[in-house]
Amino acid sequence: MAKPRKIKESLIRNIMFVVASASITILFLIMLFLFWEGIPLFKTVPVQDFVLGEYWYPTSDPPDFGIFPLIIASVVVTVLSAVISIPLGVMTAIYLAEIATHKVRELAKPLVELLAALPSVVIGFFGMVVVAPFLQDVFDIPTGLNAFNASLMLAFMSVPTICSLSEDAIYSVPDNLKEASLALGATKLTTIIRVILPASLSGISTAVILGMSRAIGETMVVLMVAGGAAMVPTSVFDPVRPLPASIAAEMAEAPFRGPHYRALFATGVVLFLFTLLFNIIADHIAHKYKQVGDATL
Amino acid sequence: MIETDTIKSGTAENNKKFVFTTAEKTRKRRHFVESLFFSLFRLSALINASALIIIVYFMASRGWRAITWTFLTQPPMDSMTKGGILPCIVGTVCLSIGAIVIAFPIGVASAVYLNEYAKPGRTIRLIRLGINNLAGVPSVVFGLFGLAFFVIYLKMGVSILAGALTLGAMSLPVIIGASEEALKSVPDTYREASLGLGATKWQTIYRVVLPAALPSIMTGGILGISRAAGETAPIMFTAAVFFIPNLPTSVFDKIMALPYHIYVLATAGTEIEATRHLQYGTALILVALVLGMNLVAIIIRTKLRNKMKF
Repeated sequence: MAKPRKIKESLIRNIMFVVASASITILFLIMLFLFWEGIPLFKTVPVQDFVLGEYWYPTSDPPDFGIFPLIIASVVVTVLSAVISIPLGVMTAIYLAEIATHKVRELAKPLVELLAALPSVVIGFFGMVVVAPFLQDVFDIPTGLNAFNASLMLAFMSVPTICSLSEDAIYSVPDNLKEASLALGATKLTTIIRVILPASLSGISTAVILGMSRAIGETMVVLMVAGGAAMVPTSVFDPVRPLPASIAAEMAEAPFRGPHYRALFATGVVLFLFTLLFNIIADHIAHKYKQVGDATL
Repeated sequence: MIETDTIKSGTAENNKKFVFTTAEKTRKRRHFVESLFFSLFRLSALINASALIIIVYFMASRGWRAITWTFLTQPPMDSMTKGGILPCIVGTVCLSIGAIVIAFPIGVASAVYLNEYAKPGRTIRLIRLGINNLAGVPSVVFGLFGLAFFVIYLKMGVSILAGALTLGAMSLPVIIGASEEALKSVPDTYREASLGLGATKWQTIYRVVLPAALPSIMTGGILGISRAAGETAPIMFTAAVFFIPNLPTSVFDKIMALPYHIYVLATAGTEIEATRHLQYGTALILVALVLGMNLVAIIIRTKLRNKMKF
């Protein structure tokens, strides 16, 4: 009697294992198909010309496939949005985890979650129709659709990620550390800055990297708000064309399996590698500097 | 000024006073700095909350007038400058339900494996790395993948099926995360009691652990649907088209979808300014749909947390 039962058990176990491998299989397929469609471009366009080329004129004759301005645009909007979202996200996390009363916390946490749930196209639309005219008036610039506006919108997309992950990290700092600090006469603020933040630093760094990874890969916001000019920007109020915007805007018109189509897939490869790098760094930090308690300080 | 005086006079009593006043001053300064910082923290929380409220307010105040019975029940008319958004609503519902039907079983089974079967080690580390990285893949890259794999390689064409599969792949990490969280919150005593009664591992999971975790797993499912409903980039090349007045009849039909419709009207329509009210109206419907589902999930979760303190 025991035997069929055992077989059934191990069968189920194996099925579960196969299903659990679905994620990594999909990830592998994503890589495979991006490379499959993108790499043939490099038969005609050398890699360094593609990555470092300064001109992106995919439809002119002969076409120019240089994504350097697009890479710079992505880096600019990501860094600029991080400048806004890191302080905002981390400070909100500190407030929610350490200062807010239970009632405020119960009310504010869902608000942050709902902010994360807003569809990106709605945030992009908001940036287009509300923020852009506002910026145009306030700063007296030719167009409100520019790198600054995109960064601002992206910041509010990455704040929830940064905030909720940092909050988890801060919240899991053991109470005895806080109590020891307070007992030594430190104020609450000193305790936060000197004890709680250092103790949760690895969690907060992971949060920041994942937030930035979300910003660099976000598509609809930069497609609608960044302005779309494929040039290296000279000021934050210049319109730019980040990598995802270029892919999303041009894919529909690119002739099937032509050089333009290939170039957009190759752009996807570059974007994918960027986010992969961010995620591996975040994973590395999370594992190497794992927050286990008092011993880590 | 008081300090300099007390130092000069030098008597014991005055020294005491000096210590006291300095301490008092330091205390006051610390208090001031502290409350300054705390206000800053509070302010940033307030900025986040108001960002959400402002966006929702703009969509609601400018969009509600567009929402009429015609708007909800008619297809777009006169090259999308009039009429409604019925095909978009239907399309979005089809896509997100399709995505969840695909992703939910896979996600829950993955979570069961990770939480109930797997032992710490290389394999599980690899699987987790896969999930984390999948969660970080940009939405437009999912779109490219869906185009290359589902639409072209598997010859599904631009269709509901291809879009739902792409969205399903994308919402998988969300569902795995929520289900794992749910499974973790089931106390080990439940498992031990069941195993102690002679149940096998699978019987324990199927009859004890999963039923106990089900409500919060459902919450994860709702969050997965709402994420799939709001995404634009993954369906741009796999499922959605500018305009198709008929409702879909098979999974191989092309469709319209709310997020893509907003994008099209706001950037590529023939009359961008004249259709503003339609854009706001569509955005409002999408926001209401997505936030509504999230609110339901949050409410269920809060109730569960209060009810079942294991």
